[in-house]
Order: sequence, then structure tokens, then C-alpha cells
Amino acid sequence: MTARGTSSAIPTPPAPAGGVVPSRRTSRRKRYSPLSRGDRLILALMVGIPTLLVVVFILVPTIASIILSFTSWNGIGGLDAIKFIGLKNYSDLATIYKPFWPAISHNVIWLLFFLGIATPLGMFLAVLLDKNIRGTRIYQSALYMPVVLSLAIVGFIWILIYAPEQGLLNNLIGRTEQGNQISWLGDPDINLWAVLVAASWRQVGYVMVLYLAGLKAVDPALREAAAIDGASETQAFFRVVFPVMRPINIVILVITVIESLRAFDLAFIINKGLNGLELLSTLVTNNIIGETSRIGFGSAIAVVLLMVSVGPIIFYLVRALREENE
Amino acid sequence: MTEIAAAQVVTHDAISARRRKTLRRFWLHAFLIGMSLIWLLPLAWAVYTSFRPFEETNRLGYVSIGGDYNLDNYISSWTKGQLVKYFINTALILVPAVILVLFLASMMAFAVSRYSWRFNLAFLMMFTAANLLPPQVIITPLFRIFLRLPLPAFLSDNGVFYNQYVGIMAIHVAFQLGFCTFVLSNYMKTLPKELNEAAVVDGAGTWRTYWSVILPLTRPALAALATLQVTWIYNDFFWALILMKDGDRMPMTSALNNLKGQFFTDNNLIAAGSVMIAIPTLIVFFALQKQFVSGLTLGSTKG
Repeated sequence: MTARGTSSAIPTPPAPAGGVVPSRRTSRRKRYSPLSRGDRLILALMVGIPTLLVVVFILVPTIASIILSFTSWNGIGGLDAIKFIGLKNYSDLATIYKPFWPAISHNVIWLLFFLGIATPLGMFLAVLLDKNIRGTRIYQSALYMPVVLSLAIVGFIWILIYAPEQGLLNNLIGRTEQGNQISWLGDPDINLWAVLVAASWRQVGYVMVLYLAGLKAVDPALREAAAIDGASETQAFFRVVFPVMRPINIVILVITVIESLRAFDLAFIINKGLNGLELLSTLVTNNIIGETSRIGFGSAIAVVLLMVSVGPIIFYLVRALREENE
Repeated sequence: MTEIAAAQVVTHDAISARRRKTLRRFWLHAFLIGMSLIWLLPLAWAVYTSFRPFEETNRLGYVSIGGDYNLDNYISSWTKGQLVKYFINTALILVPAVILVLFLASMMAFAVSRYSWRFNLAFLMMFTAANLLPPQVIITPLFRIFLRLPLPAFLSDNGVFYNQYVGIMAIHVAFQLGFCTFVLSNYMKTLPKELNEAAVVDGAGTWRTYWSVILPLTRPALAALATLQVTWIYNDFFWALILMKDGDRMPMTSALNNLKGQFFTDNNLIAAGSVMIAIPTLIVFFALQKQFVSGLTLGSTKG
């Protein structure tokens, strides 16, 4: 190609943060505008159409959720039927609405289970599979297969295992008669744990695939150097590989948190997220579908979910931004 | 003498080291085989149950071998569950959604990664953040927007987004744009800057640079993302559950909830239905594993 690094025909100079824009003013001052008017129009459309979609369908509803959470509105009548009631939805949520605190605690348990068990197990398996062993692809395939399945199907597959009379588990432990059955999904004391096992079935494979890709990208020379220095494999992993994997560790941390907050399908498939499986996501849903749609109240729950999600999202974006600037 | 003894000690050490290593490998394989079997068990169990008629499992118990094995459960879940209808619904949403999201995301990624303008980073951040939100955060107002936002008659038989294939498609596109833009812009950043310059020197405008120069080079990332998006949109349960009213129009995965009622306690039917609905994603798993995995990892690793 004929490109020259210093040519004046560079479309745009690489600019640092808050860089120079070929805006109308600067381009009028410049003699050779890098972009013609038509080109600029096309670029505007390229940015504008996707942005419009994201604004209309995601940004506006997010802001509307926040505004509506301070109102009482049942959806009947026009927007002028919306009445502002201050923080009442939030105080009702915390004091009167019974499923709220269970939902919070279930979301926290979900997160802790993922952080403490599913994610580390996925990482551990990735580390094992990263060793040069025979049949590694077969193991990988078996472990990551659940990742392609929808959580709804995962729910059905595990119903076949947990069903009181027909399920595999009770049949194996001989608890299928009336009276001594274990209702894995019906008993509010244990159904959350049963669902977490099913959810982990998928999460472990997901983390394993991501982490394995990260491990493959680690310079093998690092590990060799550690081995020469007399480090054991475990030491080499924790002292050398793990720190190098920082960016991917953060991605996995964020994914784990976000997936825990998004948990919905399994609980909803199994019992609509009631009776031991309350989650913030199912509460929001149950407040807008059904006969009594309490939009203000449902929005308040959504805002709680938003507030919890914003932390990890910002954390992630700041990281990404910093990497961008490096 | 001493030399020989020393040599013997060395070889002895070498042998025991090798033996220790073999032993470690043995345990490693044993562990991995165990894990793999445990991981395969739930699906294998569903497949096994799906081939057995209800009467046989009733007679022999679920955990048993023997009796008839046939495809009756598949046939009756296919007809009773009207799966064809739901597969068609899914296709009506899935195909345009994947094409559109990749088209729009690639344009956005092109604009943010190949040109520098004042807010390109801010835009990229907004897109990424939008994709990370739990869908339930926006669903309440979105539901209201869908009830009011007008659509022309040829796209919507009730004039709004609610209860329409186009509506479900639109929210999938909007929601997945963030992830796709993020992945594609990371990918496009790795293409040499000189490509744009060369295109300009050759007299290509912005559109030509995008369409004929950058996009063809992005093909591996597009293939990986397409695989991932097909799977994700196919697997989505939530959007249609809320934003579609008619059971008749539900896509496959969301229709599952209705099927559960129809199949009541016949787990053999549930097994056959689940396996059948999982087949398209299992095809992705077997045939397009490489693309699927690279789509996932493109999102987490740079470039």
C-alpha cells in the first residue's frame, strides 16, 4: 500500500483522551479537511443509529426507572396520572414488603456461592487443563457443554434430577415414597442450594473457558523462569501466573458479580421466583406482570438492583478506560 | 565404587521422580474424568429418559435399564408442544436480530476505533455499561414504552412494539449492541491504522473504507460473534416473556414455560422436549465450538 506515516492525508491524527475532533470549526480552519461532508454524514449515521437504539431502549428506561421509583402509578391512565410520593416506595420495600429482604439475601448467597465455589472451581479446572495433558480437548468439551444451553433448559434438565418422585437424585438415595421424599425444589430451606448447584453447572464451564483462554496467552517463558528459579507449579501459579492474569481475573470477577445479579431464568422456571427462590429480578418481574401492576413500586426494586449493579459496572469501565489510555 | 553408587542414587532419584510424576498424572486424569462424567450426567440423564416411554419408567422405575426405548416422547412433544411453530417464531426474531446487531455494531465499532473524536470513549463506555445492566432494571419502563411507541402497520399489526416480533428483535439488538461493539472495536483496533490512510489515498470514502477494507478483515470476529449471538438470542428467556403477550408468538425458549404446564408430571416428555430444544445449541457446540469460544474470549481478552 502507499500509505506514509507522516502524510498529510491521514484521516485523523491519533489523539489522546479528549482528542482533536474533525469538528466543523477546526476543519474550516484546516486547509485539507480529512473528511468530506458526505463522509461526515455517513460517520454520523454510523454512530447515530446504534446510539439512538441504545438511548431509546436502554438509557431512557434506566432513567425512567429511577424517576418512576418515586411515584405511585398503576399504569392506568396517561402519564399525568403519575403521582410523586417521595421515598414511600423505598420505605415500603424495606419495611412492609415481605419478599424484599429474602430476595436481597438470596442474591447475596448467589453471589457468594459463585465467588466462593463456582468461579474458583472453573479457574482451578482451567489451570489443570492448561497443563500439557492428553485428552484435554475432550475434558474441555464435557465441562463447557452446559454453557451453550439456555438457563431455561438447564432448569428443565435439573428438574429431571430434582423431581421428588421421578427425579434421579431421590431415586438414587431411595427417598421416593410419599412421606420420606425430599422436595429439592419445593422446600424453601433447600431449593436455593439446589438451584445454585444447577446454576454452577453452567457457570463453572463459562469461567473455565474464559480463564483457559487467558492462561494460554501467558508467556510460557515466565513459567519456565519460575521453574528454573526452583518454584513449584503451585508457587509459579500464585506468584507469577495469577498476578500476570490480572486483567482476566477482573473480567471474571465482574462476570461473576453481574451473572449473580442477573440470576432470573432458573428461579422463574422452577417456581416463578417464590417460596425460597425470591431474587430482586423475579420481584421486579412479578410486580409488572399479573393483575396488579405496581409500576412505581416495581421500579423501586429495579433501582435497588441498578444501585447494586452500578458498582461493578463502574469498576469495570474504569479499568477498561485505564487500559485504553495505556 | 562410590561413583557407581552415586550414579545408582541419581538414577534411583530420577526413576522415583518420574514415578511421582506419572502418579500425579494418573490422579489428574482420574479427577478430570470424574469431573467430566459428573458434568455430562445431567444431559445424559435427560437423553436417556427421553427415549423411554412413560409406562416403562412407571413399571421399572426411573433408575433402571430395560423395557422399550423409542422416539414416542419426541413425536408427542413435537406435536403436543407445537414446537415447529415456536421454532419459526424464534427464527423470525433471531435471523434479522443477528444480522442487524452485527451490522450496526460493526459500524459503531468502526467509527470509534478507526477515528478519534471527542466523545468516542464516552460512547463506547455507555454501550458497554448498557450491556452489563441486568435486564430487569429497565423492564418496567420498557414495557410501557413498548405499549406506546408507534410502529408502521407493515411491521406491527397493532401499531406498537408490544407483542410483536419486531419489538423483541429491537430489544435484542439494542441490548447486544454494547457487547458486539466492544468486541468489534477491540478487534478493529488491532488492524493497522495505515489501512485507513491507504484507503483514503486510493480515493475511498468513509463508507467504502468501512465496507470494502475494514469489514472484510473483521470477518473472523464477526463469525465468532454471530455464533455467540445466535446462541444467546436463541437462549433468551426473559424479553419475550414480558414483551410478548400471545403464547402463539413466543419464541422457543420463552414458550418453555407454557410447555411445562402442558407436560405436567410426565418427565419423559419434558426430557424429550428439552433435548429437542437444546439441539440447535448443541449443534453450535459440536460444529462451531471454535467460533463460540473465540467469541466469548474476544470479549474478555483484548484483540
